[in-house]
Amino acid sequence: MSKKQNDGLSRRQFLRGSALTAAGTTILNSGLLAHAESPTSNAVGPGPVPITLRINGKDHDLSVEPRTTLADALRDTLHLTGTKVVCDRGACSACTVWIDGIPVNSCLTFVLDVGQREVTTIEGLGTPDHMHPVQAAFVEYDAAQCGYCTPGMVMSTAALLKSNPNPTLEDVQHAVSGNLCRCGTYPKVFAAALAAARKGA
Amino acid sequence: MIAKFQWQDARTVQDAIAQLDGTSMVKAGGIDVMDRLKEGLDSPATLVNIRTIPGLDQIREDATGLHIGPMVTLDQLDKNETVRASYTALADAAGHAATPHIRNVATVGGNILQRPRCWYFRNEQFHCLKKGGDRCFAQDGENEYHAIFGNQICAIVHPSAVAVALLALGATFEVTGKRGERQVPSEQFFVRPDEDVHREHTLAADELLTAINIPKPASGTRSAYMKLGEKESFDWPIAEVAVVLGARPGVVLGAAAPVPWRAVGAERILAGNPINEDTARAAAKAALQGATPLRNNSYKLPIFETIVRRTILAAARA
Repeated sequence: MSKKQNDGLSRRQFLRGSALTAAGTTILNSGLLAHAESPTSNAVGPGPVPITLRINGKDHDLSVEPRTTLADALRDTLHLTGTKVVCDRGACSACTVWIDGIPVNSCLTFVLDVGQREVTTIEGLGTPDHMHPVQAAFVEYDAAQCGYCTPGMVMSTAALLKSNPNPTLEDVQHAVSGNLCRCGTYPKVFAAALAAARKGA
Repeated sequence: MIAKFQWQDARTVQDAIAQLDGTSMVKAGGIDVMDRLKEGLDSPATLVNIRTIPGLDQIREDATGLHIGPMVTLDQLDKNETVRASYTALADAAGHAATPHIRNVATVGGNILQRPRCWYFRNEQFHCLKKGGDRCFAQDGENEYHAIFGNQICAIVHPSAVAVALLALGATFEVTGKRGERQVPSEQFFVRPDEDVHREHTLAADELLTAINIPKPASGTRSAYMKLGEKESFDWPIAEVAVVLGARPGVVLGAAAPVPWRAVGAERILAGNPINEDTARAAAKAALQGATPLRNNSYKLPIFETIVRRTILAAARA
């Protein structure tokens, strides 16, 4: 596994800076998910591979096969079962976690692909005693029925409010457009999201 | 359960290419690869991760046009101001694919190179023509989402939305192999079933798609994209179209054929006439000429005709 960047200047920032110096060109957009580290060029696996995952602010050492998804590593190895696996194909987003703050489907993420990036799960958002404002709003507005979609809905909503503190109803609908709720509790999810925004989530 | 494989974080393009020996698979965003592995369609010895190669995730504009790295995400294309302003059809094609979370990860290269979504192809139980079998199950089967053009041998629809826009915008793909780079016009990149039913593109097993180049549009060029599906999110289109209006009009249909399908008849009408309701209607009609719908998908024809007309008018207003 690659070593951590401790020099205060990430490789990505370096690349972004150096690309700007190319004559006559302007970098318009740099990858949000791509962290160019210095990986080994040797193949690992197919058996268990020791890795360190940074989850909810803490490093976790674990041993995983390359075929393991992030969702399965979180649930089965680390017992962080707040992240739900429903469709296992990216169609329902119940498994939504953040990687470096960006909502993604953990069922479609190979755990080895996480690298040095930081994972945030529903457990890292808040606790029963200190709920995140979005979690509190979901409770207040009764925005859960069977509850399977709820962690994903909360992660998608909280990610939206991070980048857009004053969303419209349409913004909320767009942000959770990948999150399926078979109970159909969408109106309460929208109400909870807008209420959390009003309270400054 | 996914079959076991080795994992390799590639360091450079050449490092990745050196690993491509026919038993390995390239992983970009991993969306399609994950699905194929979970469905048991592929069992590579090694997955070569190209997300670790620096510099492939950038969008750059210069005097010749737009240069897009293969690892640029669909979300980046959707949100990029230059892409949205000058290459609108591409931004809208990227922004309407899948879901927000998938667009955060799915790459433009992976979108172009993903395998078809035909439910017979995706089902391990159906040994179809494309997988080395002897028949296309869609010909007499459940074919409501299948091709209406070029569907006589294999009736898949090409799955890439961004390819539809890229073809209309006249993009060129930079392909890198062991012996260097080659530039392939997007129109020559995709392979029809009558050319080779087992593949959808000309990329060799030991080559990488390393850049997508779009020529700078002449001033006054406008473009638009429209998709119609059964639902707004996480759904494949029933019909989609990209239209470019300008010196070289482009009309390309998606979810229509095994390759992104240029509607040459429509382009001809747009090239010689002012764009208005009448010419848009005539071009839309021309776009569907020669269609060969299957038993369950002739409903696609009026849908295509409608969205082609609307997209032409939307591009004219853009």
